[in-house]
Amino acid sequence: MEKIPEKKEENASKTVPERRSLPYRLSRIFLSTLYLSAFTFGGGYVIVTLLKNKFVDQLHWIDEEEMLDLVAIAQSSPGAIAVNGAIVVGYKLCGIPGILFAVLGAVLPPFCILTLISFFYDFFRENFVAQSLLSGMKSGVSAVILSVVYDMGSELVKERDPVKLLLLVGSFIANYFFRVNVSCIILIAALCGLIRTLLQEKILKKTAKTPPPSDPEGCGAASCHSEKQETEGEKRKKEER
Amino acid sequence: MIYWQLFLAFLQIGAFSFGGGYAAMPLIQQQVITKYGWLSANDFTDLVTISQMTPGPIAVNAATFIGNQVAGIPGALIATIGVVLPSCLFVTLLAFLYLRFRSLSLLQGILQALRPAVVAMIFSAGLFILLPTLFPSLSTATGLDIRALFLFLAALVLLRKFKKDPILVMLLCGLMELFSRCALLFFRV
Repeated sequence: MEKIPEKKEENASKTVPERRSLPYRLSRIFLSTLYLSAFTFGGGYVIVTLLKNKFVDQLHWIDEEEMLDLVAIAQSSPGAIAVNGAIVVGYKLCGIPGILFAVLGAVLPPFCILTLISFFYDFFRENFVAQSLLSGMKSGVSAVILSVVYDMGSELVKERDPVKLLLLVGSFIANYFFRVNVSCIILIAALCGLIRTLLQEKILKKTAKTPPPSDPEGCGAASCHSEKQETEGEKRKKEER
Repeated sequence: MIYWQLFLAFLQIGAFSFGGGYAAMPLIQQQVITKYGWLSANDFTDLVTISQMTPGPIAVNAATFIGNQVAGIPGALIATIGVVLPSCLFVTLLAFLYLRFRSLSLLQGILQALRPAVVAMIFSAGLFILLPTLFPSLSTATGLDIRALFLFLAALVLLRKFKKDPILVMLLCGLMELFSRCALLFFRV
């Protein structure tokens, strides 16, 4: 946390949480993530928004711009977004102890609920009402998943990026028909992305007249996307020449 | 040793599920059903359903549930720690690097390429849930469960056309199934 740039220190009077004692901050982090994790349905993105409400708008412990970056980090990391969101906030406010308390708060509610359900699961399976409900909900959950896939997939297809389409189709075939290890596919796709990004940066450096891609925020999906399109365009122009 | 297996399996699930939410599903399926056989495909579908109905991320729910089923509360603890640990390390590392360099462009490039792969594998995992639901008796085409198909289509319409809340849609599906089973019982007797 020593590396916070000067800019942040200017409005320190407003956002500095250091005035509060460490135990107070830790308990606040723990209680906030506990509460959000226990009562938020609808996945990680909702929780991240609520975390922002809590720590930016209500407590003023993190300023808005920085929160955007923290959210980007949470979304870029592997694992559940809700947990990642709690971790970034905990880390930002209290370093390593903050992480521990934030994760504890985020994980405790689902841990308790699922432990309880697990105890009663055998009973559920035998019980007529629970069994019927679960069986009907299977159709519902399939529809929910396919609907989400449709949204994500059509967004990708709209981008008309041949490499992405190839990855989309290729990884489906590899996973569904050939049962290729999921982690393998992830690693291969990551490698493709790495090579591609490096190549693009190289091309950009060669065409030095055009300004280098400055993406100081490095996050906001929209800005990132538009920049991506731009570099794509430039790449194509280069190829045409 | 079972605890070590649980830890490793969920460590891998935690480390490779990029994109949040359903991204963990194909990994859980592979590790828990295919590799170790801790859950049947049917139980896995129940788990996903339960995850939808309760707060908390699928990956954490799965770790707790499967840990409990396989090795009791200690198993649940170890699996949950396993699934959260990569997040802690990766997020901290990224936050540290980010505060240093103020740019994540290389990582963003990698994530751009991961998205299609993740979407494809979620689709694949979704099919593994959908097909046994529609064809419960394995023999394809003949074993079509008409009621399940109807519920599935009705749910799709409610979700896409009427933009209903997923939890509400799933509850309605469950209630419809309960109602129709009760009706069947009633008329048969």
